[in-house]
Amino acid sequence: MKMTMTQKILAAHSGKSFIDKGELIMAELDLVLGNDITSPVAINEYRKAECANIFDCGKIALVMDHFTPNKDIKAAEQTKLVREFADEKKIVNFFDVGEMGVEHALLPEKGLVVAGDLVIGADSHTCTYGALGAFSTGVGSTDMASGMAYGKAWFKVPSAIKFNLTGSLNKWVSGKDVILHIIGMIGVDGALYKSMEFSGSGVKNLTIDDRFTICNMAIEAGAKNGIFPVDEQTLQYISDHSDRKPVIYEADPDAEYDRIFDIDLSAVEATVAYPHLPSNTKTFKDIGDVAINQVVIGSCTNGRYSDFVAAAEILKGRKVNKRVRTLIIPATQKIYLDIMESGLAKLFVEAGCIVSTPTCGPCLGGHMGILAKGERCMATTNRNFVGRMGHPESEVYLCNPAVAAASAVTGKITHPSELLGN
Amino acid sequence: MKISGNVIKYGDNVDTDVIIPARYLNSSNPKELAEHCMEDLDKTFVKRVKQGDIMVAGNNFGCGSSREHAPIAIKESGIACVIANSFARIFYRNAINTGLAIVEYGGEIDEGDMVEVDFASGKIFNLTKNIEGNFPPFPPFLQNIIEKGGLLASLKENK
Ligand code: SF4
Repeated sequence: MKMTMTQKILAAHSGKSFIDKGELIMAELDLVLGNDITSPVAINEYRKAECANIFDCGKIALVMDHFTPNKDIKAAEQTKLVREFADEKKIVNFFDVGEMGVEHALLPEKGLVVAGDLVIGADSHTCTYGALGAFSTGVGSTDMASGMAYGKAWFKVPSAIKFNLTGSLNKWVSGKDVILHIIGMIGVDGALYKSMEFSGSGVKNLTIDDRFTICNMAIEAGAKNGIFPVDEQTLQYISDHSDRKPVIYEADPDAEYDRIFDIDLSAVEATVAYPHLPSNTKTFKDIGDVAINQVVIGSCTNGRYSDFVAAAEILKGRKVNKRVRTLIIPATQKIYLDIMESGLAKLFVEAGCIVSTPTCGPCLGGHMGILAKGERCMATTNRNFVGRMGHPESEVYLCNPAVAAASAVTGKITHPSELLGN
Repeated sequence: MKISGNVIKYGDNVDTDVIIPARYLNSSNPKELAEHCMEDLDKTFVKRVKQGDIMVAGNNFGCGSSREHAPIAIKESGIACVIANSFARIFYRNAINTGLAIVEYGGEIDEGDMVEVDFASGKIFNLTKNIEGNFPPFPPFLQNIIEKGGLLASLKENK
């Protein structure tokens, strides 16, 4: 039938047995997501259009994560507007302070996304859920409004680039390095309009968290979505988190791809994206002495439990450099509890870090760790655009959690093996 | 739907920040946004654009953030249609959803040409240069969204 995995999910949700790249379709949605920045705009659009009602109060997720706990009066007004809407419409999955986490870490953890789902979100990193074998993509606020009202969205069926993965990752190398390596290779518009489909014998050697991180940054290559095949690890994750039944779609053996890349995971090295594009990557042989002022470990890219375990391996029994403000931001309340119960939170505080409640905070230069002119931050986040974390003349370097932790200790960009060997 | 108009032309990678700079995003009033449309790329745009003009550009039009203020500002400024070689994908969606006509087409068009676009048949006529070209027409439901002035308006009607 010549369909990619993405095309199969889109076909099934538009009632068709075959769809071709470039075709425009109307599809049924399993989940519509918005946050505290995009939902207010969507709610205003929804109200203006005098929609009859929402399509399903159980299939809308509103997550107050960007400027919360409210950083100022404007943010407070925005979340209030969403809160009132959620009350009025009896939206089940409204996550306010106390329950909220960074949306793309929270929804899978709450079991709201399973394999085979079609999800839209008014947030560009909605592509994260491809890790679970779902089709998910970022949209604008009008899409969100109409999704809430009618449970539908239109799509242009994407073609795909296939990444054939083999081998397994070396110590101190993670999913983050794989995706930075790929973006460095194909560029920030290397996958424009397209799906990034991952496959091959190397997939089983990547954890679900690695896959979340990889799909999260598909948008940084311009992609519509990133997606992994469903394997035993995926099914285990889903049954651990959700009562819903996953639906497995597989790419046809004769599916067509615009390009195919072979990636040997064992050859991927720890990678850092220099300012001001995620594609501006370097590996350590090309990295000199770069002093830093701040480290952020968190976000929808790398704020999961395994990310903190990796950071703790470095920070255990060490102190962060006096000149480096080190912020640990677990992405959800559950992860927050987990790092407390396992003793990691204590370890981080003793090392001189701060441990924050879940929030997007510094990732988008919102609050909690804004940079001054000329300051540099090593961050496990996903964007290093001009002014992303504060002053237009500050700099953000993207890396994995172990590299971020090692750099916090030395005060400059540092490979973990310098402190711990291989 | 068929339109014709005078062309205002730009290059590649016209991003949402130059279409409508972030400093004006504290408003969502289309009129206020339109007053600053294209300001950081072309200060003369607002003064010279006329109702029904057509904007033409190169690759990756509308790249950058997902702000819907960008297509809204262009539409409100009087532009009837944007023709570009390619569009960044969230802009592409947002344009259609807010009722701004867009066409993917890379044929020869210059500043000041008179161009006619026939959306139903997918034909472009450069009346100045006497060149005819094709683009893949939108299926009826997307044409309907644009004609009704946006996604919500069209869905409401069809419900
Ligand atoms: S953590 Fe950063 S990238 Fe992720 S949703 Fe929040 S602001 Fe966006």
